[in-house]
Amino acid sequence: MSARVMAENQPASFAFNAEMQERAKKIVAKYPAGRQASAVIPLLDLAQRQEGWVSRPAMERIAVMLEMAPIRVMEVATVYTMFKLAPVGRNHIQVCTSLSCWLRGSNDVVKSCKDKLGIGLGEVTPDNAFSLEEVECAGACVNAPVIAVGDDYYEDVDYASTGKIIDALKRGEKLPPHGSMTGRDNAAPAGEKTSLTDDPTKPIPKQDFAAAKAAFEKAKAEAAAKAAAPKA
Amino acid sequence: MLADKDRIFTNLYGRHDWRLKGARARGDWDGTKEILDMGPEWIIDEMKRSGLRGRGGAGFPTGLKWSFMPKTESERPHYLVVNADEGEPGTCKDRDMLRFDPHKLIEGCLIASFAMRAHTCYIYIRGEFYNEASNLQVAIDEAYDAGLIGNNACGSGWKFDLYLHRGAGAYICGEETALIESIEGHKGQPRLKPPVPAGVGLYGCPTTVNNVESIAVAPTILRRGASWFAGFGRPNNAGTKVFCISGNVNKPCNVEESMSISLKELIEKHCGGVRGGWDNLQGVIPGGASVPVLPKSICDTVLMDFDALRDVKSGLGTAAVMVMDKSVDIVAAISRLSDFYKHESCGQCTPCREGTGWLARVMRRMVKGDATLAEIDTLEQVTYQIEGHTICALGDAAAWPVQGLIRHFRPELERRIRDYRDAKTRDKAA
Repeated sequence: MSARVMAENQPASFAFNAEMQERAKKIVAKYPAGRQASAVIPLLDLAQRQEGWVSRPAMERIAVMLEMAPIRVMEVATVYTMFKLAPVGRNHIQVCTSLSCWLRGSNDVVKSCKDKLGIGLGEVTPDNAFSLEEVECAGACVNAPVIAVGDDYYEDVDYASTGKIIDALKRGEKLPPHGSMTGRDNAAPAGEKTSLTDDPTKPIPKQDFAAAKAAFEKAKAEAAAKAAAPKA
Repeated sequence: MLADKDRIFTNLYGRHDWRLKGARARGDWDGTKEILDMGPEWIIDEMKRSGLRGRGGAGFPTGLKWSFMPKTESERPHYLVVNADEGEPGTCKDRDMLRFDPHKLIEGCLIASFAMRAHTCYIYIRGEFYNEASNLQVAIDEAYDAGLIGNNACGSGWKFDLYLHRGAGAYICGEETALIESIEGHKGQPRLKPPVPAGVGLYGCPTTVNNVESIAVAPTILRRGASWFAGFGRPNNAGTKVFCISGNVNKPCNVEESMSISLKELIEKHCGGVRGGWDNLQGVIPGGASVPVLPKSICDTVLMDFDALRDVKSGLGTAAVMVMDKSVDIVAAISRLSDFYKHESCGQCTPCREGTGWLARVMRRMVKGDATLAEIDTLEQVTYQIEGHTICALGDAAAWPVQGLIRHFRPELERRIRDYRDAKTRDKAA
């Protein structure tokens, strides 16, 4: 279990802005009447997108909106690790160090982040520009190692390419498009294609539905007759 | 080797347009109404005959699972929930289906929901997959606008609504009942079964939870016929499968291959071989972090399917192949997985909550060799105290990697303990 606690310093209040209010309304509508509590994770996410983290007043506000006991919202916010319970940097960098990434050098990637930012895992730079977090499996294992900058995955990174990304962030430059940093096509093997070389728009053969239906009805009738027949 | 004409995920690498126009050109949504017109019974029967076993890890027959749902609608609505909470270390196949072939999944959701008399389907996608969720939402909106889903899905008269629900970072929510709890707005803690979700699931209603891949392959199976799909792989291990090969291979990748392909062929054909050559192989975790590691001697000949891997006391799991060459500290690798399970245990059951922490702490000592030889047996015994004594399979998943390590790499553990002890004795003497 990962133990997570709320920050000591909490703001006095929280309110969703107009845009988030609108988005929240649409989210609640996805669930059946009376099941609005289902929207708690998406609404906490909206609060985090607005403020950068999830404060106690935000949880309390969401509890009111969804007619939930505040403790139920706090429970959810403290369990799910994507919710930040204290302010993070403007650029939040997550490094995956799970097995597939570790096997391909995530230690170097962590070192690159530490060297460039001068902070350790779980820390925020004094100017609040960056924060660094170690995460469990990001789910992009064949493109390991992986880091996430905000919502975007940068894949196939190493010490040098991670450093370049952080430098670009520091200078406020536009980042390269997210995805593989070695230029391969997503999760395809690098270099020569080993599959999917055919034209994907070639017609796909279809089974004879009428014949399939007839065979199915016949088998069903036979099974029914067998079941109805007196046992010998 | 599987031919391209028999591959289901023709846009696995995202080289083509993933939106509706491109998906249609690749054969998605082609005659969906024709399939629906065959009726729920035929669809479920055809899925059973295809031999498809669930692609989320447990390998339960998909058609059979669908048949557990009540045959008639009652005042309690039915739900299909698609598990896109992909987070098993090593696994990244669903991600590519979600972002590059979203229409295969959406079409599958419609057909599966129709077969199980569900008018509503939720896709639970892990929160970190933000860009993948964005693509999928665009595709859902396209499907609504084109009348493929909605009040009269594909002109079939069936009302079908599909919603995307984003999670927020909890591995345990990949367990089906924890996932249901999470959609209901609770902490993701698994429920005791029975009752099974098909009886009492989401909001207390009949529910089936399926993996992304299981649902996304359904339209193609039904279109081409169960016998086509059943023609790949060995009996009881039918079909094609997307494998994720990561770690110490020259070219890690995702690739769709026939079930029962040999592990060696998979790695040599698609991944450019093991780094440093096949003889440099130390071990492979063949099905995601939860399954026991296999030493090279077994990897030489083992086939990649449910039964072959079960026979060597491992498992196909999610078909996430993690390859480790001889440079890898295998004890540290398994220790890393123990840390993972400690972090992800939901804390509900004592054997798992306490046991995963205990395993992780002892494994850290084993990495250094700071233990006694007898502790190897104690460690193994503790794994059996966890396995089978918890509500969900996370406890088992935490136990198996350690068991695999002890089963196949015990001499390495012993060597470290002796070296550590010898070094201590030398220090004292000096």
